[in-house]
Amino acid sequence: MTRKVSLAMVLCWLLGTASLSAARIGDLVQTSLADQAWRFFTFQDPAVRYVLIGSILLGICCGLLGSFIVVRKMALVGDTLSHAVLPGVAAGFLWNMAKDPLAIFVGATAAGLLGTMAVRWVRETTPLKEDTALGLVLASFFAVGICLLTMIQRLPTGNKSGLDKFLFGQAAALGADDIRLMAVVTALVVVAVVALYKEFLVTSFDAGFASVSGLPVRVIHYGLMLLLAFAIVIALQAVGVVLVSAMLITPAAAAYLLTDRLGRMLWLAGLFGVLAGALGSFLSFLGPTLPTGPFMVLGASAVFGLAFFFGPRHGVVSRWWRHRSRARRVQRENTLKAIYQVLESREFAGEGVSLHELARRRRETVAEAARQAAELRRHGLATLDAPGQQLFLTPAGWQMACAIVRNHRLWELYLTNAAHIAADHVHDDAEKIEHVLGEETVRELERRLAYATRDPHGRNIPTLADIQRGGAPPRGAEEPAGYGQPR
Amino acid sequence: MNTLLPPFDFHRVVVAPWTTDLPTYGWIVLMGFLVATACGLVGNYLILRRMALVGDAISHSVLPGLAIGFLLANSRRSTVMFLGALAAGLVTTVLIELIHKRSRVKQDAAIGITFSSLFAVGVILITVFASKVDLDQECVLYGEIGNVWVDPPVQWGALSLGPTSVVRMAAVTLGVLALIALFYKELLVSSFDPGLAHSLGINATALHYALMGVLSLVVVSAFESVGAILVIAMLILPGATAALLSQRLPRVLAWSVAHAALSAVLGLHLALALECSIAGAMVVTGAALFGLAWLFSPRHGLLRRGRRARLEPPAELAAQRP
Repeated sequence: MTRKVSLAMVLCWLLGTASLSAARIGDLVQTSLADQAWRFFTFQDPAVRYVLIGSILLGICCGLLGSFIVVRKMALVGDTLSHAVLPGVAAGFLWNMAKDPLAIFVGATAAGLLGTMAVRWVRETTPLKEDTALGLVLASFFAVGICLLTMIQRLPTGNKSGLDKFLFGQAAALGADDIRLMAVVTALVVVAVVALYKEFLVTSFDAGFASVSGLPVRVIHYGLMLLLAFAIVIALQAVGVVLVSAMLITPAAAAYLLTDRLGRMLWLAGLFGVLAGALGSFLSFLGPTLPTGPFMVLGASAVFGLAFFFGPRHGVVSRWWRHRSRARRVQRENTLKAIYQVLESREFAGEGVSLHELARRRRETVAEAARQAAELRRHGLATLDAPGQQLFLTPAGWQMACAIVRNHRLWELYLTNAAHIAADHVHDDAEKIEHVLGEETVRELERRLAYATRDPHGRNIPTLADIQRGGAPPRGAEEPAGYGQPR
Repeated sequence: MNTLLPPFDFHRVVVAPWTTDLPTYGWIVLMGFLVATACGLVGNYLILRRMALVGDAISHSVLPGLAIGFLLANSRRSTVMFLGALAAGLVTTVLIELIHKRSRVKQDAAIGITFSSLFAVGVILITVFASKVDLDQECVLYGEIGNVWVDPPVQWGALSLGPTSVVRMAAVTLGVLALIALFYKELLVSSFDPGLAHSLGINATALHYALMGVLSLVVVSAFESVGAILVIAMLILPGATAALLSQRLPRVLAWSVAHAALSAVLGLHLALALECSIAGAMVVTGAALFGLAWLFSPRHGLLRRGRRARLEPPAELAAQRP
């Protein structure tokens, strides 16, 4: 349900952007864009229903199988296979001189499989490498297909055959027969993927383990190739020979960026495929001569671009953002530590720390110290007095400052006591690790160090009690109590 | 069915192209030969460097470069074409690297995503701006080599050199030859032994981008005559055939030129016999020549292999003999 809603939202948005460019491509469109869009959304037209159903089936089929070829690093095998089906399409047409979906399906599948076998054969019997073999088969088969197509176009019936639509795709040309065939193939693919999920999973990620476990790796490989050929052939009509491979690779690659689980990847890739397919068919429906395939591919690329930049875990922008916020946290923690050290140096007399003191401590300019003070205030860790010169820690700020100093000093002590590193060599290491030590680790460190109260340089280690007291810093006269000791 | 295969007419298919129709077909054969030579020479290095599929990618992505170039400059001058193609080639190379390095998508998928997106942009541009960009979908797919002879000729003084596209292709081919002669050693070393190349102080990155640049130029000048996809065949087939026939680089280069010449001439006759796309027929001929080399190559041929398997004992037995 939510999927449908989001799909509709995306389409609405695109409608908005498309009508903006209406002025430029207006000379191509007889009816207005709004009318066309209305026709698309109301589904009055059976052609529209066919287009939409077709692109959804295609998206599911390509997304599922594409996931396997992406994780198997066979993306360009899909490309080769999709170009290699062209002579089969032409031969299927020649079978009874009509655009019979079944004949074309059989011919194209046969040609695709022949192409796959040719790649394997060239690789095994010649010194040529895989990429050369793929390119060779791709272009040679495609050339045979082009020759056959140009010969067919010369025939009296050939001009009306609509075979040229197979090159760049025209989803509007889909008929009821095509949809039926697509539905059957998609069902077959879904059933095969569900039934053989474990086998496909194991052979994709660890072929050695699969063959040791007694799985027929080669048979599964060819089974996958067969399904792939099926998917390519049913997608041909809508996307076209040249760009089918993108529908296999791009949605699956986008899904690959978003998750580490194959099961989830299959779902996502199917969803992205459906999105791209629906988007492409909608956009190409807006103009009478616009091919469907390129728009579908661009839709898929847009999804990939979003995943590439904004994917939560692997996205470029998300990673940059994470890195930036981590750097800022480290910066804040270092400022808090400096404030603590200033307070400590005057034995916690007086609550405020002036920006001058802070700047001197950190060996920075006052302007920089002021910027950091503002940053602390934004995060509710400190407050500034009215002229903006004195900095006061809030309870939260005090807790964090104590915790970070405690991490630092405990780690220094641990390195000198347990790892026997000289006391003047431990500071740099502690500078790094103080920001990443977790609560559990700190407790364990404390236990191992027998709840020591002084670091290797003779300074007090803030205790849990200091941290939990929050509030104001202890007065200088007070000796900080050890952990667990009654105060 | 009988209309599919036109009746064979010896005069029309074999004699006429070299006699009465020479002014037409001469240019077509010459163009085919030049395209296949330039592509084949560059392709040899692509094959050696296992970058055959980068050639595939660039041949597709040149299309938006051309379309945008024509749209912006509103002319079809060679400089616009070359600049557009260079930019497209560069963008492709950089995009592939970016996707491949900055995410966990593998290189093959990165290639597929990049070229299909760029190609899609190109196709949309040429359909939407069909009135302004003088490229159509058929031309993109299988080129218009049959029309090269109607190009306006290049005048050099009083001398008419030939159709523009043929002259341009000849210049590009000569340029490729000159570059290969000039940087023969660098290309050789860095193709076979990147480590040695590095220690000799050869800048591998610069060489890589230069090769990609030359590749884009070759592809774009071949584009109009053979289209985006058949160019891949022109890039790979001569080199692959030559690789089966020899292992010495100079001989491999010579064989690929021979392959280019043969496939251009025989391809024309095939196209005339079948009345089909000339560029397609040239590639089919090239593939057939590859098939012949595959069967009869002295070292790697299938026949040779079969006989060796019969005559010689398996390697394990041979090793046991004293």
